Amino acid sequence: MSSIGTGYDLSASQFSPDGRVFQVEYAAKAVENSGTVIGLRGKDGVVFAVEKLVSSKLYEPGANKRIFHVDEHVGMAVAGLISDARQIVETARSEASNYRSQYGVPVPLKYLNERVSMYMHAYTLYSAVRPYGCSVIMGTWTDYEGPQMYMLEPSGVSFSYFGCAVGKAKQAAKTEIEKLKLADLTVKELVKEAARIIYIVHDELKDKQFELELSWVCKDSNGRHQLVPKDMAVEAENLAKQALADIEDSDEGDI
Amino acid sequence: MQIDLTWTCRKKLKETIKIVPNTAEATHYGSLPHLYRDFQNLLLQIVLKKLITMAASVVDTYTDPSMSWMNAPHSTGTSIMACEFDGGVIIGADSRTTTGAYIANRVTDKLTRITDHIYCCRSGSAADTQAIADIVTYHLNFHKMELGEPPLVQTAAAIFRELCYNYRDSLVAGILVAGWDKKKGGQIYSVPIGGMVQRQAVSIGGSGSTYVYGYVDANFKPNMSKEEAKKFVTNTLTLAMLRDGSSGGVVRLGVITEAGVERSVILGDELPKFYEG
Repeated sequence: MSSIGTGYDLSASQFSPDGRVFQVEYAAKAVENSGTVIGLRGKDGVVFAVEKLVSSKLYEPGANKRIFHVDEHVGMAVAGLISDARQIVETARSEASNYRSQYGVPVPLKYLNERVSMYMHAYTLYSAVRPYGCSVIMGTWTDYEGPQMYMLEPSGVSFSYFGCAVGKAKQAAKTEIEKLKLADLTVKELVKEAARIIYIVHDELKDKQFELELSWVCKDSNGRHQLVPKDMAVEAENLAKQALADIEDSDEGDI
Repeated sequence: MQIDLTWTCRKKLKETIKIVPNTAEATHYGSLPHLYRDFQNLLLQIVLKKLITMAASVVDTYTDPSMSWMNAPHSTGTSIMACEFDGGVIIGADSRTTTGAYIANRVTDKLTRITDHIYCCRSGSAADTQAIADIVTYHLNFHKMELGEPPLVQTAAAIFRELCYNYRDSLVAGILVAGWDKKKGGQIYSVPIGGMVQRQAVSIGGSGSTYVYGYVDANFKPNMSKEEAKKFVTNTLTLAMLRDGSSGGVVRLGVITEAGVERSVILGDELPKFYEG
């Protein structure tokens, strides 16, 4: 995005002469400044991992979480402006809740994704509003449809993914994800991979402190979205640190 | 209106009494003309009174309780049933629609399509249940387009329940929602008057059902074959129809499986025979 839309970037309801909506592109930029968020879809569930950048030492541990429960069976990991993202979480929650009370069954993720996408897209159409400065990943696992995962962007587009990444180091993370045989891996294996990827792509020099957030929704959790159990999360994090140390050692060896 | 006619009645009776002594039969008895005249007057009086009361009722059905059938609502005083079997569900119903004691339709179809794989058995007010079924059909058609796949039976039952509960004070509807979906296979949800919803492996409904609860309890088995289940439903409905005055006619059946619906009819003279003493 080298060109700055001179005069055509003041409103989300105006196209530039070459057919772009700059406000939407700026919103995407806001997401790229955020910590990396990845979602992995394995054979028996979905795993979310978030590199939550801690901007001040004065925050309590666990403040400003980036993984949310939307419904019992749906999880959401968010990248971008946290306050914008919280509004999307709220929208998704009310959609899921309404579906449940109207139709008596949990909302299918495909349907929920369509509704939330429509909502985000609506904010790219009017001059009085700005697009949402966040991307979200939603995931679920059901007995008869297996794991499902969608990523929504500020423009309102969304796709179903095997693996996806957003935020600062999305390119590096995607390269790592592509090396995995996602369809064969279980969530227990994916938790370790996810933690490792977040540790590898984290830029120590630019962002000093970060917290790793891990959650899953899988067969073992009975289709419920929950944080990865503490012992397993600690193990995954230790392995990730070890892997990072090994890489650094071998780098030194090369020199 | 009735008072008017009673007055007319008296006047007519007086006229009749005047006519009677002039008849040939009256003079024939000679010595007992008065006795005979009294008797004949009495007879005439009774016949005329009856005729005039009937005329009054036809003209003014709202005030005469004995003529209430004229404005009684059409209702499916019914025998309906649904039963899970290995591979789907069987639905069944009798075919009688009554307006009080009058059979308004003897070949009614109480098995109503909601989607390709979801049907409902209707009992209660024919008008109410038809309207509800139409509304649910509309909702599910829309929902099917949004979802991009066939709706779940549970979803259909939830919409039925929502309507039946919210309008419970103005509706008379006892509905069985039955169908097949890829999530849970063959399912039956009972939505009785008041708007409850309950999944059941076998369910009966309508006025006729009260006579056959014991038969159903004694004879239902899980995972029956299709033919076995069809026989069970036919027998149950036949027994209900024999005992219940407001059920009767033919037995209509529907077999709902992954493949869709297979409808059949068992005519009145082809129904199984039971003890009728």
